[in-house]
Amino acid sequence: MSSPEPSELTERILKYLEGVEQVDSLQLAKEFGIEHQKIVGAVKSIQAHGERLLHVESVTRKSLELTEEGQAVAQGGSHEANVFAAVPEQGIKRTELLAAGGVSAQLGFSKAMSLGWLWLDRSVQPTLVRRKVGAIVDEVREQLLQLAELSAKDVAEYKKRKLLQELTIKSLLLSKGAEFSTTLTKLETDLTTDMLASGQWQQLQFKPYNFDALGAAPVRGQLHPLLKVRSEFRQIFLEMGFSEMATNNYVEASFWNFDALFQPQQHPARDAHDTFFVKQPAQCGPLPEDYVQRVATVHSVGGYGSRGYGYKWQLAEAEKNLLRTHTTAVSARTLYQLAKQPNGFKPAKYFSIDKVFRNEALDATHLAEFHQVEGVIANVGLTLGDLIGTLHEFFRKLGISELQFKPTYNPYTEPSMEVYCYHPGLAKWIEVGNSGIFRPELVLPMGLPPDVNVLAWGLSLERPTMIKYGINNIRDLVGPKVDLKMVEEGPICRLDHD
Amino acid sequence: MPTIGVKRDLLFDALGKKYTDDEFQELCFAFGLELDEVTTEKQMLTKEQGDVAAAADASEEIIYRIDIPANRYDLLCLEGLVTALRVFQGKVKPPKFEFVEPAQRQVLKINPSTAQIRPFAVAAVLRNVTFTQDSYNSFIDLQDKLHQNICRKRTLVAIGTHDLDTIKGPFSYEALPPEQIKFVPLNQTQELNGVQLMNFYATHAQLKQYLPIIRDSPVYPVIYDANRVVLSLPPIINGDHSKISLKTKNVFIECTATDLTKAKVVLDTIVCLFSEHCAKKFTVEPCDVVQTDGTTIISYPELAVRTERISVKRANAYIGINEPANKLADMLTRMYLETEVDAKDGDSLNVKIPPTRHDVIHACDVYEDIAIAFGYNNIKKSLPAFMQIAKQFPLNKLTEQLREQVAQAGFTEALTFTLCSRDDIALKLNKKIEALPAVHIGNPKTLEFQVVRTTLLPGLLKTLVANRKMPLPMKLFEISDVVLADEAAEVGARNERRLCAVNCNKSAGFEVVHGLLDRVMQVLSVPWKTGGADKGYYLQATEDPSYFPGRCANVMYNDAVIGRIGVLHPSVLQAFDLTTPCSAVEFTIEPFV
Repeated sequence: MSSPEPSELTERILKYLEGVEQVDSLQLAKEFGIEHQKIVGAVKSIQAHGERLLHVESVTRKSLELTEEGQAVAQGGSHEANVFAAVPEQGIKRTELLAAGGVSAQLGFSKAMSLGWLWLDRSVQPTLVRRKVGAIVDEVREQLLQLAELSAKDVAEYKKRKLLQELTIKSLLLSKGAEFSTTLTKLETDLTTDMLASGQWQQLQFKPYNFDALGAAPVRGQLHPLLKVRSEFRQIFLEMGFSEMATNNYVEASFWNFDALFQPQQHPARDAHDTFFVKQPAQCGPLPEDYVQRVATVHSVGGYGSRGYGYKWQLAEAEKNLLRTHTTAVSARTLYQLAKQPNGFKPAKYFSIDKVFRNEALDATHLAEFHQVEGVIANVGLTLGDLIGTLHEFFRKLGISELQFKPTYNPYTEPSMEVYCYHPGLAKWIEVGNSGIFRPELVLPMGLPPDVNVLAWGLSLERPTMIKYGINNIRDLVGPKVDLKMVEEGPICRLDHD
Repeated sequence: MPTIGVKRDLLFDALGKKYTDDEFQELCFAFGLELDEVTTEKQMLTKEQGDVAAAADASEEIIYRIDIPANRYDLLCLEGLVTALRVFQGKVKPPKFEFVEPAQRQVLKINPSTAQIRPFAVAAVLRNVTFTQDSYNSFIDLQDKLHQNICRKRTLVAIGTHDLDTIKGPFSYEALPPEQIKFVPLNQTQELNGVQLMNFYATHAQLKQYLPIIRDSPVYPVIYDANRVVLSLPPIINGDHSKISLKTKNVFIECTATDLTKAKVVLDTIVCLFSEHCAKKFTVEPCDVVQTDGTTIISYPELAVRTERISVKRANAYIGINEPANKLADMLTRMYLETEVDAKDGDSLNVKIPPTRHDVIHACDVYEDIAIAFGYNNIKKSLPAFMQIAKQFPLNKLTEQLREQVAQAGFTEALTFTLCSRDDIALKLNKKIEALPAVHIGNPKTLEFQVVRTTLLPGLLKTLVANRKMPLPMKLFEISDVVLADEAAEVGARNERRLCAVNCNKSAGFEVVHGLLDRVMQVLSVPWKTGGADKGYYLQATEDPSYFPGRCANVMYNDAVIGRIGVLHPSVLQAFDLTTPCSAVEFTIEPFV
C-alpha cells in the first residue's frame, strides 16, 4: 500500500467528497487502497481545522466472516462429508478411516454418524464402518458459501462450531459540511511575535488546546523539606522575639558540653558509647580559669545552695574535645557571655536550630546527627508557669494546641518537664520535647544574678517533620539517599496549616 | 533512663488496689514515671532472645516495664516503687529508718594496699530478713540495676551481699597479686586464682564486660573474713561460700568503690529498700569500717536525714503558684520529703531529706517535687513580661537568603551528613588524608563516622548517585558547615560555612556552575574584577587532583582564594560510581557576611 503524506490524504478525501453526496470511510479505504485507520486519522485532522468542514457520522455494523476453519469447509467440504466420501462401498475399518484425517476426521465421523449417513457393521470382525445412505448433500458447505441467507439459529450453531465469527465494523459516514472546502488552512499551534507584528493573528486559525493535559513542568530548584521546616521554626522564634545564637561550632570542649551544664564527669552521656570524642584535635585550648574553678567547686563540693556531686572533678576530663551532643553547649556559652555584660544583667531570649551528634544506635528514626531546636529565656523571677505559657504559645504556632507536661529527669534542669502533645492521627499523646529551668548550679557559677531564672526547652527538628509529612524512615529525608523527587514535588512548609 | 520490670499482680497487691493499664499509666505520668510496656516473661524471652524453646516454659504472668528517672535509685525495685507511690497517694507516711545496735558491731578493715586499685569500702547488716522467691529476685535485680546505673557498670561501685551466718568477722578489704587470691566463685565448684578467674570468665556473657576494670592491675581487690574465706573479688564476682539464698536470715552488705559518695548512696539505697523485709521493719545494723590509718573508724550506713529550710514565698514564686505553707508541706510529704511548717516565722518549711532521696541536693529539687505534687498540668500559664528586639545570627541570615537565590537559579537543595569516612574526603577525591585539616573522631562505630567533612562535595556526589533515576540534568546545592582543624581556634577546630553546587549532565557544563557563581556574586553585589579594579571576584587557573586538568580554577575574592570551581576528574566520578560528567563549585560564604 502506498502511504501518502497526511496533508495529501486530507486533500484527496476532500476532493473525492466534492463529487459525491456521501461516502463511507471503509469504502474510501478500499478505493484509495490504504489502511482504514489512516483515513480515520485524516478525517480527524480535517475536523481539527474546523468543526463545520465535514459532516461526520459514526456507523457501526456487524458482519459475519468465516473463520480459518470455516473457510476450509467452504472450499473443501465439511468434515462429515469428507469422512462420508472416504468410506468405500465395501466398508472400512474405523481405525483406518480415522487414521487418515486426524481431529477433523474424528469430528466428521461423529457428525456423520449422528446425521445417519454411516453405520457400524458389527457382524464382521473387525467391525466395519459402512455407508448407510447412497449419497449425501453437504448442507454445511453450501450454507457457508451463502452467509447472507443463514438463519439466526444456523449462525449460532456455526459460531459454536467455530466456523463463523461476528465482526463489529466501525466506520465514518462522510458528507459535506456547511463550510465545506477542498483546501485546508494550516492551523497555528501558538501565537508568535511575528504574528503580532504583522497582525496576521487575526486571519490565522489556531489549533484547539487540549485542556486535559498537564502543562510543562517549570524549570526550577527546590529547597530541602527539612530545611524548609527549619526556616519555619526560625520564623516562629523571630516572631516571638527570640535572638539567634551562633551555633557554628560542631567541635566543642567537654567543659561547655557537660561540665558547665552541671553534668557530672561520670554521667553515662559522657561515655564513649553515646558521644563522639575527637581524636585530633583531642584537647581544647585554655578555658576561662576563674569560671572553671567555680564549676569545679560546685561539682565536687557544691555551693550556691547545692551539695554538689561529691566527687573529684578533673580538668583533663573537661578539656576533652567532642562533637557537641546538644546545642545546649552553645546556650551555656551564650549565658556565660550574658553574665559578663559590662552594663549589668539584661533579660534575654535566645534560640538556635543546628546539628548535634550522638554516637548511639541507629534505626529508622535515629541518625548519628540530627538538628536540635532550642529556646532559652533568662530573666529575674521567671516561673515554671512562664515556661508552660511560653511552650503553649510556641507549640500553638506549630499547629499544636493540646499539651501535657510530664515530670522527668535532666541533669541540668530542675524542675524538668517532658512536653507531650495529642496527635489526632495516631490517637495518642506523643512526646514532642523536653524542657525545664536550668539548675542554679549551672546558672550561678556563670555569674548571673542569684534571682535570675533561666527557662529552656528543646526538641528535634526531624521528628515533627517526619510526623508532619508522614515519613517513616529518616533516611528518606536526610542524607544522600533522600528522594529528590519528593524534594522537588514537596509543598511549602505551613506548620500551623493542615 | 533505667527500666524495671515488676509483676503487675504483686504490684497491685502491694499498692492495695487494682488498676486498669490506663489508670496505672496516668498515675505514672503524674509521678514522672512511664509505663513503657505491658508484657510477660514469655513475650520478653521470645522478643528479645528469639528463644522460643525457653519461652515455652516461661511464665505468662503480666509484667509492667516502667521507665524510672535516672536519678531516682530509690525506685529501682518493687519495694521502693510501691512505697513511693503509696506515699505519693497519701496512703502512708514516709518510713523512718532506725539503727539497731548489736552487742558487737561487724568490722570491715580497709588495708592501705587497696588505694592502688579501689580505695573505698562501706558495709551494713540487715538482720532477721525473710526472703520469698519474689523478694529474693527483687533483691538481686536491684543490685543489678544499681550496678548498671549509679555504679556505672561497677566501675564506681560494686556491691557484694553475703549470708552473714556463713562467715565470721572482722572482715578485711585488701589488694593482692591475682595469683595469691584463691577461691570458689559464686555458683562454681572449682577453686580458681585471680589469673585463672580472668580466663574463666573471659567469654561469660554478663561478667566479661567487668573484667577490664581490674584485669591489668598488679593487685586485685578482695574481701576476706576472719578465717581467710573470700567474700568477694570486687567488682567481678562474689565467693560461693557466702552466697545468699532463700533461707538466709542475716545479710552482710559490702560496697567497694572508686567514688565514696556513690558507695554511700548505694549502701543507703539497698538497706532502705530491703529493711522492709526485716523482722523489725526499716531497721538496720551499722558496721564499723576501719580506715587505712588503722585507727579511724567510720560507721556505715550513714542513713543521714538532712533538713533543708525552704522559703514558702520563694518556692511559690519559682513555680508560679500561690499555695499556703501547710499545703506545700503536705505536698512535699507526699513526695517522700516529710515537711513541717516552721513554727517561728510561718514562711519557712523544714524539709527532711531522707536517705532514700540522695537526688535532692538543692532547694530547686524540692521546688520540683512541689510542682510535681501540685501537678504540672494544674499550673497556671503565664508569659515572661519583657520585650526584646530579636536579632538573627548574621551568617544564618545570609545563608537563608542565599538558599532562596540558589534554588531560584534552578538548583535543588540537598542535606547531607557532616560525618563521613576518611576515604570520602581524601582517597575518592584524589587527596591524601594527612594533608587535609580534618577533625578525626576517636571512637567511630563505623566507617561513616571517621572524620568531620572538610568539603561538601562528597555528600552531593553521593546524593547524585542515589538519585540516578532522576532525569538529567541534575543540579544540586547545599549551604552548610564543614569543619577545619585550626590551631588558632578556641577548641582547635572551626566551622566554615560553604556553598557547594554540582551540575551533572551528559556534558560537564562548566558554564552552568560558573553561571551560578556569577549569579551569587551578582546578588551579593560583588563585581567581576577586571583590569585594574581592586575589588571583586575572578577565577584563577589552578591544578587540583579532584578536578580535570586544565579545567579547574580558584574562586578569588579580593585577591584571596575563597573556593574552587571546575570539571570533576573522571577518577573522582568513578570513585563515587558516577557515569555522567559533573562540574562543581565550592566556596566559603563567610567573607560576605
